[in-house]
Amino acid sequence: MTTTDDRATRSPAPSRTPDASRVEKLSRAVLPPLGLGLALVGFWYYVSYIVLEERRRFLLRPIHQVIKVGFLDTDNLTEELQALWSSTRIALIGLSIAICIGFTLAITMSQTKIFEKAIFPYMVTLQAIPILAVVPLISFWFGTGPTSRIVVCVMISLFPIIVNTLFGLHSAEQGAHDLFTLHHASRMTRLRKLMFPAALPAIFAGLRISAGLSVIGAIVGDFFFGKGDAGIGQLLRRHASRLNGEELLACVILSSLLGVVVFGFFGWIQKRATGRWHDAISAKT
Amino acid sequence: MGATNQAVTERSLAFDRIGMVFPDGTEALRDITFTVDKGEFVTIVGPSGCGKSTLLRIASGLLEPTGGTVSVDRDHLGYVFQDATLLQWRTVRANVELFTELNHVPADERRRLSKEVINLVGLEGFEDHYPKSLSGGMKMRCSLARSLTLKPPVFLFDEPFSAVDEITREHLNSETQQLFLQEGFAGLFITHSISEAVFLSTRVLVMSARPGRIVAEFDVPFDYPRDPKLRFEPEFAELSGKVSVELRGSHS
Repeated sequence: MTTTDDRATRSPAPSRTPDASRVEKLSRAVLPPLGLGLALVGFWYYVSYIVLEERRRFLLRPIHQVIKVGFLDTDNLTEELQALWSSTRIALIGLSIAICIGFTLAITMSQTKIFEKAIFPYMVTLQAIPILAVVPLISFWFGTGPTSRIVVCVMISLFPIIVNTLFGLHSAEQGAHDLFTLHHASRMTRLRKLMFPAALPAIFAGLRISAGLSVIGAIVGDFFFGKGDAGIGQLLRRHASRLNGEELLACVILSSLLGVVVFGFFGWIQKRATGRWHDAISAKT
Repeated sequence: MGATNQAVTERSLAFDRIGMVFPDGTEALRDITFTVDKGEFVTIVGPSGCGKSTLLRIASGLLEPTGGTVSVDRDHLGYVFQDATLLQWRTVRANVELFTELNHVPADERRRLSKEVINLVGLEGFEDHYPKSLSGGMKMRCSLARSLTLKPPVFLFDEPFSAVDEITREHLNSETQQLFLQEGFAGLFITHSISEAVFLSTRVLVMSARPGRIVAEFDVPFDYPRDPKLRFEPEFAELSGKVSVELRGSHS
C-alpha cells in the first residue's frame, strides 16, 4: 500500500545548531525570573533600610542578616533543618495515606454508581470543613502529637486526589469502551487497560495539587499540635512570638522551598509517566 | 487466509426483519432485511441520522434490536468507527495488538500478526509512534490494522473516512479496496458519499430517513481492481446519478 500522502510527518526537523539554541533557550527561560528576583531583593532592602526606621527594622530584616542568622548560624540551621525534616515526614506520611484512601474511594466510586452517589456529597462536605473548627475535636480524639498532625494533613490533601482520580477514570471515550465491550473484556481488564491509563494525566494533576496541600497541612498541623518533635510550623510560631525576624523569615523560606520541591517532584514523575503520549499544557516548575 | 476456514455458509452476514425502537420512542430502523455474502462489498448510503450506524451497532452486538435477528460470527468481526478510537497511551504496535491481547492470543503470535498487518496498511516504521504524532489518515490505517489482526470474515465500516481530507480519502478508498481483494472479507460499509459508495462496492443500498428502511438497491458492475480514474467515467457518473435520485427521494 502506498502512504505517500502522510509520510511527510515522519520525523521532526532536527534543530540547526543545538548548542547555540540551547544557550538561547536557557537564557530566555532564566533571565526574566532572575531580573524580577533581583528587583524584589532591591525592594526588600529599600523597605528594610529606607521605609523602616531603626527600631522598627525587626519587621523586615535585611536579606544578608536573614542569611547570616537564619542559615549560616550552625545552631539555628540544625534546628531549622530538623524541624523541616519533621514536617516533611508528616507531609509524606499524610500524602501517602491520602493517596491510598483517595484511590480506593475513587476506584470504588467509578465501579459502582450507587457508591459514587452515596460518597460524593460527603467528600464535598469534608472539603468544606474549616480545619480550625475541627482542631479541638482532633486533639480530643488523637491527642496533640504527630497523629493529629497527620490527620490534619490527610484532611487537607485528600479531596483533589479523589476528585481528579474519579474524573480521570470516567474520561475514557465511549468508543474505546465499545472496543472493550466488543471483545468481552472483564471489569478488571477494562479498569487496568482502559480506565486507569486514561486517568493518569488527571491523577497526576490531582497529585501535584495534593502534594502542595500536604505541605500546607503539615505546617498547619504543626501550629496546633506541638507535642513530640517540633515541626517547622512550631518553629515559625516560636520565632514569631519572640520577634526573631531573621529566623522567622528563614523558616518561611525553607517551608516554601519544601512546597516547591514536592510540587516539582510530582511534575517530574508526571512527565516521566505520561509525557510521551499526552499533550499536556505543562506547568513550569 | 484465515477468512476462508470459517465454517459459515456463503451468508457471512444476514439481517432478518431488523427493527429498532429506542426507549424514548424514536423508531430508528424498520424491517431491514438483506445479506452480505462472502466476496461482497455492500455499502449503505443514507441521509445523516437515518440509523445507519445503529444498524452496525446491532450487527456487532453492541445494541440489541427490538425486532428481528442478525446472524454473523461475532468473534472475528472487523469493525472500524468514525473515529480511529486509538488508545493514546499505546504505541501504534500496542494499539494494533489490543484486540488479540483482549482475546488472550500468546505474545509471540500477537507480535507476528501485528507485524503482518502493519505492513499491510503501510505503517511500517511507525510501530513505536504514539497516536498524537500520527496524521488523521495514519490513525485510520492503524484502526484498520487493529481489526485486521482478527482475520475478519466480515468487516463493518462505520463512515471511517468522513473526517479525513478528500485526497487522503481517495487513497484510503483504494487501499480499502485492495484489502478487500486481498483478504476476501465480506464488507459492509456506511457512508454518505455516493462516489465513495459506488467506487468501493459490489452493491449499493439506499436507506431512507428515519425510520431507516432499505428503499433501493443497485448492483455495481465495474471490475476490480478499480482505478481511481473510474470516478470520471460516464458509466460511473450515470450510476452515481441514479443513486443520488433515490437518495433525494428518500429524504421526503
